[in-house]
Amino acid sequence: MEDKKVILKVTNLKTHFDVTKGLFAKKQIVKAVDDVSFDVYENETFGLVGESGCGKTTLGRTIVKLYDPVSGSIEFEGKDIANIKGAELKAFRKDMQMIFQDPYASLNPRMTVGEIIKEPMVIHNIYNTDAEREARVVELLKIVGLKPDHIRRYPSEFSGGQRQRIGIARALAVNPKFIVCDEPISALDVSIQAQVINLLKDIQKEMGISYLFIAHDLSMVKHISDRIGVMYLGHMMELGPSNDVYKRPLHPYTVALLSAIPISDPDIAKRKQRIILEGEIPSPINPPTGCPFSTRCAKATDRCKREVPQPVQVGNRLVSCFLYEK
Amino acid sequence: MALLEVKNLSTVFKTDHGKVQAVRDVSFHVDEGEVLGIVGESGSGKSQTMYSIIGLLADNGVIESGEIIFDGENISPNHFGSKKKYEQKMLDIRGNKMAMIFQDPMTFLNPVLRIETQLIEPLMNHTKMTKKEARERALELMRLVGIPSPEKRIKQYPFEFSGGMRQRIVIAIALTCNPKLIIADEPTTALDVTIQAQVLELIDDLRRETNAAVIMITHDLGVVAKLCDRVMIMYGGKLVEEGSDKDIFYNPKHEYTKGLLNCIANPEDDSDKPLEPIAGSPPDLLNPPKGCPFVDRCESAMKVCKEYMPETTDFGGVHKCRCWLNHPMAKKGD
Repeated sequence: MEDKKVILKVTNLKTHFDVTKGLFAKKQIVKAVDDVSFDVYENETFGLVGESGCGKTTLGRTIVKLYDPVSGSIEFEGKDIANIKGAELKAFRKDMQMIFQDPYASLNPRMTVGEIIKEPMVIHNIYNTDAEREARVVELLKIVGLKPDHIRRYPSEFSGGQRQRIGIARALAVNPKFIVCDEPISALDVSIQAQVINLLKDIQKEMGISYLFIAHDLSMVKHISDRIGVMYLGHMMELGPSNDVYKRPLHPYTVALLSAIPISDPDIAKRKQRIILEGEIPSPINPPTGCPFSTRCAKATDRCKREVPQPVQVGNRLVSCFLYEK
Repeated sequence: MALLEVKNLSTVFKTDHGKVQAVRDVSFHVDEGEVLGIVGESGSGKSQTMYSIIGLLADNGVIESGEIIFDGENISPNHFGSKKKYEQKMLDIRGNKMAMIFQDPMTFLNPVLRIETQLIEPLMNHTKMTKKEARERALELMRLVGIPSPEKRIKQYPFEFSGGMRQRIVIAIALTCNPKLIIADEPTTALDVTIQAQVLELIDDLRRETNAAVIMITHDLGVVAKLCDRVMIMYGGKLVEEGSDKDIFYNPKHEYTKGLLNCIANPEDDSDKPLEPIAGSPPDLLNPPKGCPFVDRCESAMKVCKEYMPETTDFGGVHKCRCWLNHPMAKKGD
């Protein structure tokens, strides 16, 4: 992997939200993303997994600059984009697009499919004439497996899977280099999920786009990703090649998370002993001091409750746990 | 004897565009103490089959034909003279001998009532318990479903509980009157995997302890593999295959079941081979196909599939399938 070119470099990124209620109340901060670092290589799929509230969506949205980070840097193709604005931001968005979770909420019901896909081309001045844009829309519809005559229809005439295809076509309209996919399949039926996953994979093969793939369905993330990062309460707990992380998880949280996946095989599923995690994710407003996982971790020591573990290199992986410190 | 027996159930919804045939001629049974999984994608009729049984269809939903026998009693609406008599009967059964666990605990629980009130209500309605006895039972149930410090928590409101804890409350409410049948409609879909694991484990323990039968409606084959003894596969309002968990996962006979198993990612598999999705999308139940509902997406479809609904082929044991390819007259291809 070393010889591959880094397209996105995130360093010590922090995104916090002020949720203080009332004028004189004590300040309350949600540390949705707290000190996260990782790289994404060109033509690679980086999977981001974790339970709800772990900050994976906030991280994705910070990277496409829908949220502003508090500190840290986001380098895209060697340029720090953490604090860009105006024309620079617009130019950056041409290279970085997003596919959203809810195919019903993310398409304007009053625009035709053609208008929806054309809009980013108009905003970024990609073609000179409308005829050229229209030709490109037809081409994109074909790429995502829809018919050219769908161009005059409205989103309400399509099923969930087809709408997600429209969302993908819109993201592809500006020829991006990087797409953030925020749970693109979790609203779809199983038989349709596989269609969308295969489509995303084919597009990557053809156009060499990098993906940041956010999901909570661990089996699908493992299937599509080259490397994965596991998040918990705003922190990156473990990061490495997806097959290795899955086969031999190192961080106690990853171990527990993976053992909780229901396996579609009755013999294995009924025999399998889960590591049942006690309790639930603590509130991100009052996160535990020290390691965020220390309140639910069976292997936690006093030190885990005091200090935050920094990522340590273990083979080809980064693990934020004192168990792996030399 | 079967605890629940459903014969030739058909349910339609009257809409402005015509009749949506949500459940089409479905027959099945549930034995005492077993977990039956019902799998299908959205619009396959799996939830509406269950709502027909427990009497919770939307206002425009009508059971057109069929018989529902529960615990030796005929509870199909057509059996009662008037709608009022049927509703009366169902009020008596629901929350008592037959209970339901819903997908979203926040819409099921009343946000302005304390947990205590909501747990006691079914006991006060269905038993002769005094309020004090009912409260004792409620605390016992909260302990049973694993809610810490129940004495304190029982006085709280639903918003003070997390998603997993709320679902535990919903399960406790379902258990109040020792039901013989629990219908669980995607009980873990709204939960995270680690919490899902806790809740599934809880349902499995509870049914062993109480010997209640459970019908598990889900689209997650992993949940089915973990929990269910027997599985039914529904598609386009029809029951297309049924069998034991092993029959369905290791020896599927219907092309849809095979397709479904092929399009889920197996995390044990490291190869980079692409998933095999089922092309196309489910049929429109306003105008359901005359023959097999899966015919438009099936790669092995024959002429007969378009015209006639397949007959049931019996593979021995509890394994049955409705697909013409299994008919003795069908050409045996590759």
